[in-house]
Amino acid sequence: MATKAEPLAAKAPAAALSKEEILRYSRHLIMPEVGMEGQLKLKNARVLLIGTGGLGAPLGLYLAAAGVGKLGLVDFDVVDFTNLQRQVTFGSSDVGKSKSEAAKARLSNLNPAIEIQSFETQLTSANALELFKDFDIVVDGTDNFPTRYLVNDACVLLGKPNVYGSIFRFEGQATIFGMPEGPCYRCLYPEPPPPGLVPSCAEGGILGVLPGIVGSIQAMETIKLILGRGESLVGRLLLFDALGMKFRELKLRKNPNCPMCGTNRTIHQLIDYYEFCGVRGEEAPAPNLSVPEITPRELKTRLDRGDDLFILDVREPHEYQICNLHGQLIPLGELPRRMHELDSSREIVAHCRSGKRSAEAVDFLRKAGFRKILNLRGGILAWSDEVDPSVPKY
Amino acid sequence: MAVKVIIPAPLRTFAGKNDSAEFQASTVGEALGHLTSKFGDLRKHLYTEEGKLRSFVNVYVNDEDIRYLAKENTPTKDGDTISIVPSIAGGAGETGEA
Repeated sequence: MATKAEPLAAKAPAAALSKEEILRYSRHLIMPEVGMEGQLKLKNARVLLIGTGGLGAPLGLYLAAAGVGKLGLVDFDVVDFTNLQRQVTFGSSDVGKSKSEAAKARLSNLNPAIEIQSFETQLTSANALELFKDFDIVVDGTDNFPTRYLVNDACVLLGKPNVYGSIFRFEGQATIFGMPEGPCYRCLYPEPPPPGLVPSCAEGGILGVLPGIVGSIQAMETIKLILGRGESLVGRLLLFDALGMKFRELKLRKNPNCPMCGTNRTIHQLIDYYEFCGVRGEEAPAPNLSVPEITPRELKTRLDRGDDLFILDVREPHEYQICNLHGQLIPLGELPRRMHELDSSREIVAHCRSGKRSAEAVDFLRKAGFRKILNLRGGILAWSDEVDPSVPKY
Repeated sequence: MAVKVIIPAPLRTFAGKNDSAEFQASTVGEALGHLTSKFGDLRKHLYTEEGKLRSFVNVYVNDEDIRYLAKENTPTKDGDTISIVPSIAGGAGETGEA
């Protein structure tokens, strides 16, 4: 059942709009649903964006454009070249810069009249409550499960709405958690998936415009919450299928037994979310397979010498088309069914993109009895770095 | 009862890349049973070793969460849609890139 949005109480309302603001927001002001009263609510609103990436880009842009008086931007990351496919607040000249700073610069240019605070910091259990307390609404544009649970819990503990959006390849979800009568994230998902089950954007890919759509929906819901207009997504999970161009809706109920927001709450403080999600939180997770390895330089030396090495490529066909070492392609998932195609009397070097999948392949084949098999450390990325820079990286 | 099961994007690789499947079933449990029989790889993503539905996966009949109905015994009728809704975070993976 849709919930009528409740307007947020303005703390110390700004007295008025300046002449410049009236002109800037004129297209809002002439709408009865907004008017001067609504625009003042926007001016007095304080919204914290967690993440300034794919979802954070349209969020920041539209909330700044709308005149939200104070925007906080939390992101500890730097702009990467591969981000530009979807993170449209950034430009080519921002590669290498702090995301929160680059976003602040872009949004300040769009709307110099608002206050923008950047927090180049990782959101943790130690700082979340302190960070959130000066804002009215938190918008979750993050990209990992531990942070999603952290944002949820901090919002419930502080009684702040959590405008949630998430994406995967061609699909997106959006809703609002954390309203007093509504569900929280844990009502929907009491437990996170085990690490490695849901691929990342780097592994699974993402159509760049998808977070643009979902993030814009989050911006719309944030503005509606501030204005107290329309029917919000509280209690409704909006599912978006971009390929089919279909929106569906599922009912989200508040779970009476929810440990976070239920009647008999058992969680009263923030926890170690990485442990909760089964992730140790290292920057570069330690390889958990020890398999015999060969470095790209060593491989090059041996190939030049004329050694009879069989190169096994365990990536996917579309990756082979990007670049390859002319290896035999057997995707990792097909290896169990196709390993009879391999000659165990030959010395095999297995590779993938960065060395992780091929390590699993080597481990699997060794357990199947292959004795002469090595993993190319660092994969084709390391080959490009150390041996042949003409091989494109992706 | 002819029901349609919608398979979400993160699980499609384990379901032969299909985005939905249709079965004859009179309960949610029966439909999911047909689904995991047809796509064996899906089973471990949907069920624990003890045969319970995993709690990071939600199942809906039309727009209602089965946890608030009769769980896997929720009856289904012709034309019902069963949605599997796993949690997605969007973005970086915990275990890094492959």
